[in-house]
Amino acid sequence: MDVTVSETFSRDLSTAQEPEQPPVRRSGRLGDLIFENLARGAAILTLLLLAAIILSLVIGAWPSIKAFGLGFLWTAEWDPVQEKFGGLVMIYGTLMTSLIALIIAVPVSFGIALFLTELSPRWLKRPLGTAIELLAAIPSIVYGMWGLLVFAPILAAYVQQPLQKMFGGVPFLGPLFSGAPVGIGILSAGIILAIMIIPFIAAVMRDVFEITPSMLKESAYGVGATTWEVVWRVVLPYTKAGVIGGIMLGLGRALGETMAVTFVIGNFNQLNSLSLFEAANSITSALANEFAEASPGLHEASLIYLGLILFLITLVVLSFSKYLLLRLKKNEGSKT
Amino acid sequence: MSHFSIRSLAAAFALAGAFSTAIAQEVTGAGATFPAPLYAKWADAYNKATGVRINYQSVGSGAGLRQIRGKTVDFGASDMPLTDEELSKDGLMQFPTVIGGVVPVINIEGIATRQMKLTGQVLGDIYLGKITKWNDPAIVALNPGLKLPDAQISPVRRADGSGTTFIFTNYLSKVNAEWKAKVGDGTAVNWPVGAGGKGNEGVAAFVQRLPNSIGYVEYAYAKQNKLPYTLLQNSAGSFVAPEDAAFKAAAAGADWSKTFYQILTNQPGKDAWPITGATFIMMQLKQDKPQQAAAALKFFDWAYANGDKMADDLDYVPLPDSVETLIRQQWGKITDAGGKQVFTR
Repeated sequence: MDVTVSETFSRDLSTAQEPEQPPVRRSGRLGDLIFENLARGAAILTLLLLAAIILSLVIGAWPSIKAFGLGFLWTAEWDPVQEKFGGLVMIYGTLMTSLIALIIAVPVSFGIALFLTELSPRWLKRPLGTAIELLAAIPSIVYGMWGLLVFAPILAAYVQQPLQKMFGGVPFLGPLFSGAPVGIGILSAGIILAIMIIPFIAAVMRDVFEITPSMLKESAYGVGATTWEVVWRVVLPYTKAGVIGGIMLGLGRALGETMAVTFVIGNFNQLNSLSLFEAANSITSALANEFAEASPGLHEASLIYLGLILFLITLVVLSFSKYLLLRLKKNEGSKT
Repeated sequence: MSHFSIRSLAAAFALAGAFSTAIAQEVTGAGATFPAPLYAKWADAYNKATGVRINYQSVGSGAGLRQIRGKTVDFGASDMPLTDEELSKDGLMQFPTVIGGVVPVINIEGIATRQMKLTGQVLGDIYLGKITKWNDPAIVALNPGLKLPDAQISPVRRADGSGTTFIFTNYLSKVNAEWKAKVGDGTAVNWPVGAGGKGNEGVAAFVQRLPNSIGYVEYAYAKQNKLPYTLLQNSAGSFVAPEDAAFKAAAAGADWSKTFYQILTNQPGKDAWPITGATFIMMQLKQDKPQQAAAALKFFDWAYANGDKMADDLDYVPLPDSVETLIRQQWGKITDAGGKQVFTR
């Protein structure tokens, strides 16, 4: 008995002195090792894929880069017959439609998120939130068809034609609303894009607004702050990183959206005026429309060049948002 | 194309059930979207008759040419014929399958189909942005009896690269000097004016929706959707309506005996519809896989013999028999690596 007791005791001691159990731990290490390498492999694979995509884009675009150089960026001519290509129209269209989309979508999404987190009666929160998320699930081609068949005629009849009547002869403002009154062009593409990205931005904003500690909010309410003051002074500063993240998510989708835009933008490769109602083109729309029938050579290379430019635009937007977030964090540090 | 894939899938299942041990031969082609519904119908009927599957991917003429050059498919298809030099450079041969027409469609209140008369010159000027109103003197002079509105013309055209656009712009280049100088012809061109719709259906949607618009679509599409179209003046000076006989007349005016590089726009003949075009199949002259090539040629041989009714049903125009005979002769040029003809009747 004594022996066994002492034996177990000493064994207990030894395990106590050596708190890690070697055999179990070893297999754990092996598992860790495998997992670590798998995870690292996944990360490296992503980087390799990214590099490979950039490389193949550059190789594919090379004939066009060689022929047109950087002038491609500010040349508006797109003539497949004469083989003269410039991307300005599409770049302008992509940036302008995304800008319009953001101008509309950000305030609306903010309103939605604000209502859902602070103002909405409890019974309405869930159905309303789900409905907005459902908007995000609608395929983009459905948005495109709806935009072309339903929305564009409404825009033409009730917005564009009255505006043209009102500002027809006015300098500066008149040209801004000129163009065939058909309801397709930069503005309608921008509005359709706004509708498409609202659910994304609103969902992210709502989620981050909800994680604001209620103690902070209650304290602010306690000292007599209005709902607006609470949101503007407490919730928004607390969640700004998330809010900017949500906006960038929306912007990313707006820049890359293809089907919906191609239906309502008019696919017109001329930059005759800066009118919001003028038919235009975007990078993605040009790619979708022309790639299948593009003859190998400069036309195809120029389309790939456009793809490369879109890639770079997205990269710049992403880097800018990261930079913005970094600066916000820095300022935060200096304040406290 | 879902209808095609479901059907061929069903056919494949039926086939697998029937001869589960036999290996079904499969021929692959890719290219133009314009003849795709017909090729699908032919393929379906051919599959039922012979058990051979024809897998046609309507990926666009450009992509089809790329694939046949790369030999990844047994045949390529294009609405834009290659010149003889281009063919010999790539070691390809081409032959036409069916003929189709492109028609101008309009949406003007009070003007029904076949009421308005247009010339190629006027049509070109509309798409150049030189004629901007429907009551322009040039249009009024052609249509003295019609009440034309004092309204802005909204030209509509294809946004995507397309064989339809090639036929249309090729016609405009032949009849409007300024168009030839400024724009030219191609599957995609630098349009001076107009909104772009995606596909025939996109153009049709725009035209139906926009008052006072004009567009161009394939004849089959205009007919099936009952879009109002115009008459056009042909090179003989007579105003003709787009119909099967007018397309046939255009095809008859071409001399196929020397080369199949025939663009059928603005053909002579008093009944010829001026915006007519054939659609083409491209194949490698030297075949690495002679059995596949023979199977593909057998399919087209069968289609020329049995497919005319199906083509008619879908509003394509079959080739004249004389041309089909010529094509069968030309197939003799397709050989295997040893120089042996792959196709024998």
